[in-house]
Amino acid sequence: MIEAADFPLWAAVLVSILAIAGSLLTLLGCIGMARFTDFYSRIHAPTLGTSFGTIFIVFASMLYFLVSGQRPAVHELLIVAFVLVTTPVTLMLLARAALYRDRTEANGNVPDPVGQDVVVEKEGGA
Amino acid sequence: MTALKRLVLPYPLLSLSLVVMWLLLQQSVGLGHILLGSVIAIGAGKAMQALQPEPPRVRNIGAILKLIALVVLDVLRSNIAVATITLSGRRHQPRPAFILMPLELTDHLGLAILSMIVTATPGSAWLEYSPTRNTVLIHVLDLVDEASWVGTVKHNYERLLMEIFQ
Amino acid sequence: MSAAILAWSLLAAQIIMGLAMAFAVYRMIAGPRAQDRVLALDAFYVGAMLMLILFGIRIGSAVYFEAALVIGVLGFVGTVALAKFLMRGEVIE
Repeated sequence: MIEAADFPLWAAVLVSILAIAGSLLTLLGCIGMARFTDFYSRIHAPTLGTSFGTIFIVFASMLYFLVSGQRPAVHELLIVAFVLVTTPVTLMLLARAALYRDRTEANGNVPDPVGQDVVVEKEGGA
Repeated sequence: MTALKRLVLPYPLLSLSLVVMWLLLQQSVGLGHILLGSVIAIGAGKAMQALQPEPPRVRNIGAILKLIALVVLDVLRSNIAVATITLSGRRHQPRPAFILMPLELTDHLGLAILSMIVTATPGSAWLEYSPTRNTVLIHVLDLVDEASWVGTVKHNYERLLMEIFQ
Repeated sequence: MSAAILAWSLLAAQIIMGLAMAFAVYRMIAGPRAQDRVLALDAFYVGAMLMLILFGIRIGSAVYFEAALVIGVLGFVGTVALAKFLMRGEVIE
């Protein structure tokens, strides 16, 4: 556990605020995902946790390890970079898969494909 | 000089960022780690050369910094907006909508970055890009005014990305 | 004083994160369609990753960082594979 008795107060308060703000944002994202009524609305919700939720918590971790002087705390930035780059990719792939499935099954008010890049077979759902 | 550069470091930015990532993972800036990271970075550069992607033509550093600042501010604002929608309960139902947005940007890297920005912003998601018509299907969680929304994205992001890549 | 603040607030943050993961699990169970479940799994992965970072601060050890990074990578690969599966019905064509 934390035994740093000489951990400065301002840093403790700042770490606490950052950690709680980050987890609250993630919680709000997940509540949104549970509450919204259709898939395309739900896809917006997790980005709360992956944008500033992650950034706040990672900054809390960096600040804690920087002030307590246990190690040079910069490699958490890798997590931020990694999450920022990968989340849009997964969400876009998932959204395209959902569009494809909704079109083949013709359910929901999904717009029709524009151009020739997506070929939709009407028979045989996924 | 340029031939040597092409032979050893075909993608200097990629190699540099790989060295930085290696040092961050090792949490040290010792000579051994720098050497090992450089070997890996140069190898990865050569491997990338075998894939032959078109090299990015990046110019206008000022526009890049402006873009980063704009994205951070917009993502923060959109975070607050989506959090409010989530908390507001039944009184304020969001008005989700699909938007078909015409684009002028054609550079592949620029489009990739635009799609990242649009999706990483909590209020909007990039669904489908059509290269033949150069349009993109975007889903917006709470749409107030379609024309002004499209105008903001085009005016802020697309213009900056076109300055950087085209 | 500061140690107590840190201990309690980190505990609170972890409880909040646990709640977030519970909401993700609810969506994973409730569905209704496969893409909703995959989206919930992705959010669950992110929650687990952040939970491990919080745990690392609380214990004061850097070991959990590596675990968080591995979870992030696995979550990415897993979600991409599942999205591909939803699109085509098979992962490797």
